[in-house]
Amino acid sequence: MTASTASTPSTTPAVPTNKLGLTKQDYVGAKSTLCAGCGHDAITAQIIQSAWEMNIKPHMVAKLSGIGCSSKTPTYFLNQAWGFNSVHGRAAAVCTGVTLANRELTNVIASGDGDSMSIGMGQLVHMIRRNVPVVYILEDNGVYGLTKGQFSATADIGSVLKKGDVNELPPIDPCTLAMEMGCGFVARSFSGNPKQLNTILKAAFAHKGTALIDVISPCVTFNNHEGSTRSYKVTKDKEMPLQELGFVPYYELDQVEIPAGEAREVAFPDGSRLTIRALREDYNPMDRFGAMRDIHEAQAAGEFLTGILYLHPDRPTLHDYVHMIDQPLAQVSQEAVKPGPEVLRACMEELM
Amino acid sequence: MSFAPQVPSAPENTKTLINDFSVEVATVNGSGSQTANNVLMRAIFQMGVPVSGKNLFPSNIAGLPTWFQIRANHRGYAARKHDVDLMICMNAETAREDVAKLKPQALCLYDEPLKLNALRTDLNFFPVPFQQLVAASCPEPKLQKLVKNMIYVGVTARMLGIDMEEVRKAISRQLKGKQKAIELNSGAAQAGFDWADQNIQDQDRLQIIRDNKTEGQLIVDGNSACALGAMFAGVTVVAWYPITPSSSLVETLAEYAKEYRIDPVSGKTNVAIVQMEDELASAGVIIGAGWAGARSMTATSGPGISLMSEFIGLAYFAECPSVFVDVTRMGPSTGLPTRTSQGDIEMCAKCSHGDTYHICLYPGNMEECFQFTYEAFDLAERYQTPVFVVTDLDLGMQNWATKPFTYPEAKFDRGKVLDEQQLKEIQDWGRYKDVDGDGICYRTVAGTPGGKGAYFTRGTGHSVHALYSEKPEDWKSNIDRLRRKFDTARTSVPAPILLSSGSKRGLLAYGSSDSAVTEAIDLLSEVHGKQVDYLRVRALPFTEAVEAFLDQMDVVYVVDQNRDGQMANLLREFFPERSGKIRKVLHYDSTAINAQTLVDQINDFEK
Repeated sequence: MTASTASTPSTTPAVPTNKLGLTKQDYVGAKSTLCAGCGHDAITAQIIQSAWEMNIKPHMVAKLSGIGCSSKTPTYFLNQAWGFNSVHGRAAAVCTGVTLANRELTNVIASGDGDSMSIGMGQLVHMIRRNVPVVYILEDNGVYGLTKGQFSATADIGSVLKKGDVNELPPIDPCTLAMEMGCGFVARSFSGNPKQLNTILKAAFAHKGTALIDVISPCVTFNNHEGSTRSYKVTKDKEMPLQELGFVPYYELDQVEIPAGEAREVAFPDGSRLTIRALREDYNPMDRFGAMRDIHEAQAAGEFLTGILYLHPDRPTLHDYVHMIDQPLAQVSQEAVKPGPEVLRACMEELM
Repeated sequence: MSFAPQVPSAPENTKTLINDFSVEVATVNGSGSQTANNVLMRAIFQMGVPVSGKNLFPSNIAGLPTWFQIRANHRGYAARKHDVDLMICMNAETAREDVAKLKPQALCLYDEPLKLNALRTDLNFFPVPFQQLVAASCPEPKLQKLVKNMIYVGVTARMLGIDMEEVRKAISRQLKGKQKAIELNSGAAQAGFDWADQNIQDQDRLQIIRDNKTEGQLIVDGNSACALGAMFAGVTVVAWYPITPSSSLVETLAEYAKEYRIDPVSGKTNVAIVQMEDELASAGVIIGAGWAGARSMTATSGPGISLMSEFIGLAYFAECPSVFVDVTRMGPSTGLPTRTSQGDIEMCAKCSHGDTYHICLYPGNMEECFQFTYEAFDLAERYQTPVFVVTDLDLGMQNWATKPFTYPEAKFDRGKVLDEQQLKEIQDWGRYKDVDGDGICYRTVAGTPGGKGAYFTRGTGHSVHALYSEKPEDWKSNIDRLRRKFDTARTSVPAPILLSSGSKRGLLAYGSSDSAVTEAIDLLSEVHGKQVDYLRVRALPFTEAVEAFLDQMDVVYVVDQNRDGQMANLLREFFPERSGKIRKVLHYDSTAINAQTLVDQINDFEK
C-alpha cells in the first residue's frame, strides 16, 4: 500500500500534510454521538483518511445524508465541507440538485440500509440511472438503529432480533441492484477491514459517476448478538475479500512502478489507477453478468464477498446527459442567463 | 363604459349581438378540433375583437366528448359566458344535451345526419352536410377526418361575417411551415365558406364587425407566460414530473431554452431541465440546487405539492431558495385533472408539517403569470425560502389575449449571500443569526473558499451557528424568526390592486377569478344599481392594504373557486377581528368561473 501514502513536504516535518498542505486534522468533524464501537465510526475514520490522502479540497465537498444513524455521520467528518442532513431516503435527489448547481463539487452521501433500501430505494436507483457524480456510502447493518432495532430490507432470512423476532423476508442486495441499474462503480466492504475500505474510497473519489459502496457495519447495540447474521463476529468470519487492491493516485504515477501483468489495472479519468490482484481467479469485476452470477452463488453458499464488485468507469454522467455548460450553473452571470429585451420582443411577436 | 350596440326595441333574445356572444364547439377528443377552434378564435382576434377561448376537455387521449367555448366581447370580458349563443354540434354522443341546454333563439349548426332540428322548435338550426363537403375538398380519405373540423370554421366565418383572409392567416400561423397542411386546411375552410354562402340564409342574430380593440395584443396561455418568466429570471435548474395541467409549462420552457439559453461558445445549455422519477425527487433536486446557489424551480399541480410537502417543510426550515409553480386542478386525489380549481390555496400557504407559512403569489392574468414567476426567483433568494406561484388550469392552459409583456429591467436580487472577502471581514458569522432584525440571515453557498463559510444544514433543531440543538430557547427563537421573516415579506410581495367606487361593499378576489369579477362588478352596477369596491389580492403575506380594505368595508365578499372558501379562511386567520365582515362567494362545479354566478350569490346575500 505504499503507493497510496501521501508524500510529506519537507517544510512541515512534524505534522504530515497532503498536497494541499492540509493535515488530517483539517478533515475531521465533530465528535461522534453514535454508540461506542459503532461500525459507522470506523467508516467515518476512513472517509477522513481517504479524503485527506486524495487531496480533496474540503470547501469543495458537499456531504449529504438522509435520516438515520448513518445519516448523522457527515457531521463527524470534513468540518470545512458543506453539510446537508436532508429528509429520510432522499439525499440522492438533493445531491442531484447540488451537482446540477455546481458540477465542480465532490459529493459524498452517507446513507444506511433503511434510508437507501426502503424509503429511498426509488431515488437511489434513479440517481444511479442518471450516473450522478457521488461517493455513495451505504452503511449497512441490517437494522433500524435510531428507532431502536427494527429489521431493515437488507436483513438476511433467519436473522434474529434481540427481542427474538426472526426475519422471514428475503434481503435486497444493494450491490447487485446497483449493478442491474448499470452503476459504474460498485463495491462492498466491511467496517472491520479499514485497509480495503480506504483503498475502495480513494478509487471512488477518483470515479466520475456514481460510486456505490455497501459497507457492512455491525450495529453494536441492536444487531451484534447471537443469532444475528450481521454481528461483527459473523461478518468477520464470513468475509471473503475478492481482491488485494492497490490504488495509485494520479499525482504519484511517475513515482511508482506498476508491475505489469500481475494485476488487473483500471485507469480513472484523472489518471489515477486501481490495481486489482484477484484472490478469486474467476471473478472478473469488468464482466457485469458474470460478476452478478458469482455474487448470487457466493450468497447462496453463505459467503460474503468484499472488494470491487463491478467497474465501468467510462459511462457518461448526469452532466453529459443534460448537455450542461462546464461552468457551475450557480456561478453563471446574470448577463448569460437573462436574455435581453430583444428576445422578449421576438417571443412576443411570435405570439401576435 | 364603452358602447354596447343593441337594437333597443327588440326583445332580449332576438337582438343582434355584435362582437358580444359565445360560440361553443362540441367535438370528440382527439379529432383534431383544437386546431380548428384556435383558428376560429384567432380569426376573430385578428378582426380586432377581444376574444377568449376555453377548452373543456376530458382526461383522455381520444374518444371522449370535449367542448371549446369562444367568447367575443367588445368590452374585453374574458370569463366563460354562461349562455351559449351559437352551438356547433359535431359530436353525436352529446348533441341532444348540447341542444337541450341552449336558450331560445340560439343558433345551432350541426352535422346534417344528426337531424337535431327535430328536437326543438325555438332554435335557429343550420344543418351542414360535412361529409359531402369534406369528401369534395379532400380526396384522401386518410386526411378527411383531420380537415372536417376546418369546414365548420369556414361555415361559421360566413355566418358571422369573419373575413376569410383572417381565417387563412390564422391557419398559416397555426400550421407554421407545413405547406401541404396549410393548403388542405385552407381549402376545407373555403369549401365551408362557399357552401354557406350558397346554402345558408343570412342571419342577423350574431355578427362580428371589424374593430381595433386587439391591436398590439397577442394570445398566450399562462403556462407559456410562466415559462417565459422563469427563462428571463435566469432559472438554472428545473426538476419536474409530468402532471396535468402543469406539464406544458416545463415543456414550453425547454423549447424556449433550446433557442435562448444556449451558451454561444460551447453550444451547451445553461439551464438544466431534468424530468425526475416523481414529485418528491423533483422537490429534492430544486432544494439541493437552491441550497448550492442555483435559481431552481419546479412546476406541478396539487397532488404533486402533496408529495413534495415533506421536502417543502425542510426547505422552509433549512431556508433553501426554491420556486414551486402550482397549476391547480380539481382535487382531492386525481379529482378532475383537466378541470380548473383554486383548491390549493390553503395547502400552498401552509404546506408541510409543523409551523409553516409560505410566500405565495397569485397571478390574475397573463402579464402577471410572466411577471410573478420572474419575481418569485428574486423573492426565493431574498427570503431564502420556497416561494409558490399559484395559478390554475384556467390561467395555465387556456388562451388569453394580452398586451405584450414588459421586459424586467432590474438586476436579479440574489439576497444576502456572503463571499470569501465578506466572510473574512465578519468576526462571528452565524448562518441563522438575525443581524438586520428582518428575520433574513446571511448565507453562504457550497464551494466558497477561505475556510470560513462552511456550515451544516439540517432539518433538525439548530442554533444560530447552525449547530444541532434541542434547547427550547434555540428552537423557539428560530421558529419565531422564521415567522418574522415571513412578515417582512409583506414589503416585497406584489401589492393588491384596488378598484374603488367609494362604496362600503367590498369584493375581494384573486387569480383567475379576475375576469369574471370585473364583469360581475359591471353587471351589479348596470343591472342592479349596486356599487362595489374591488380588491384583487396578489400575494401572501397579506399587505397592509388588505387589512385597510377589510377595515373600510362594511361587508367583504370573498370570491374563491373552491368549496370551503379557502382565501376567506386565510383572511379570517390573519385578521380574526374582521371575520364578521367576510362572506364567501364560491364557484366550484369544475367549470371556469362566470360573472352571473357571482352576481346571483351577492344578490342572495343582500335579499
